[in-house]
Amino acid sequence: MYAFNYQRPKTVRQAAGLLAKAGGDGKLLAGGQTLLPTMKQRLASPAMLIDLNQVDGMGGIELKGRNLHIGAMTKHADVANSHIVKTAIPGLAALAEGIGDPAVRNRGTIGGSIANNDPAADYPAACLGLGATIVTNKRKIPADEFFTGMFDTALEDGEIITKVIFPVPQKAAYEKFPNPASRYAMVGVFVGKKGSDVRVAVTGAGANGVFRLPEFEAALKTRFNAKSLDGLSVPADGLNGDIHASPDYRAHLIGVMAKRAVNKALGK
Amino acid sequence: MASVTMTVNGKTVTATIDPRTLLSSFLREHLRLTGTHVGCDTSQCGACVVHVDGRAIKSCTALAVSLDGAHVTTIEGLASDGHLHPMQEAFREHHGLQCGFCTPGMIMSAVDIVNRKGAMLDEHTIREELEGNICRCTGYHNIVKAVAAGAQAMAATKVAAE
Repeated sequence: MYAFNYQRPKTVRQAAGLLAKAGGDGKLLAGGQTLLPTMKQRLASPAMLIDLNQVDGMGGIELKGRNLHIGAMTKHADVANSHIVKTAIPGLAALAEGIGDPAVRNRGTIGGSIANNDPAADYPAACLGLGATIVTNKRKIPADEFFTGMFDTALEDGEIITKVIFPVPQKAAYEKFPNPASRYAMVGVFVGKKGSDVRVAVTGAGANGVFRLPEFEAALKTRFNAKSLDGLSVPADGLNGDIHASPDYRAHLIGVMAKRAVNKALGK
Repeated sequence: MASVTMTVNGKTVTATIDPRTLLSSFLREHLRLTGTHVGCDTSQCGACVVHVDGRAIKSCTALAVSLDGAHVTTIEGLASDGHLHPMQEAFREHHGLQCGFCTPGMIMSAVDIVNRKGAMLDEHTIREELEGNICRCTGYHNIVKAVAAGAQAMAATKVAAE
């Protein structure tokens, strides 16, 4: 990888200051499970690397009322093994348990995953499927406005995710069809039900990253059952096609994964 | 250049390094602990797995400078008083290797699995948990047997020590 100026701030404010100073040439280092491989391949070459690992107050998992707060630097393994998460939103703990492999889960963080917005990442589907709020050092951003395209988010220069707030749903589950080699989601569907609100979010399939399926949501609102999705299909337009799966195949998988997710959410 | 201090296999080390130095390079080239292998260098193969603060990580995908203050255990840190660690002994006994290149990572991951999941590991669990470790020789059969046996031996050793 190319050389960089390494900084290890202790507070979010210091980190934000450094990020602003770096202009567009600074990158935040969280778990580094995507950023470091990208830098090793010289696909990224930040002039300044701002390490968040010693910043206070960016980790931790807390249930506040009917909302689950997860600090941005919380590792996937900690979300997967958290008693609080397993009790409040078991579907979210299960999703975290399925990211990468055990060693990757011990380093990778929720904030890093969301900020990167990889089109095949798992967490963006949970954020959209649960109607999460992404909290930064500047503002609160609803998930619906956060994921703006492939590897693109609503984050502005100098903005740092500090935590993610998930409203606790009545029912939620995630199902993915992993690529057999990379284990990344070829298609992943997160289904969440909270009161009369039903959300269906799809990752791995969209050419512009994670997206919702209003037709599926409407059908599940009427009756939250996999059978409600019978006959519904997703157009292949705008879906990814590559050597692993064509857009048509991904469109089909979305329907299959959505039904499996609904069944899982119902405990079937 | 940046300064880093960490504890590696119980010894405190301080070094001034290029911030680009990966933990794997730091261990191998600065500390000459070449038991940690670099297979793919893209965080796929797991040959470089070490424990940082008691958790298995891929040392090719961590900056050494970022681990200031951490406690690192490598494959060299497992044996004690000239005796192999029970997991190492199980790999030897069950022939859980052929060329041996992936073995340090396999053993570090295996010990981590036992730390997290306990001694009674079924085959399915072991195979799932070894997802991040690749072996191109064995077909995994004897590795899985070795991990199961090593897990029980670790529990027995712990009981004997108490």
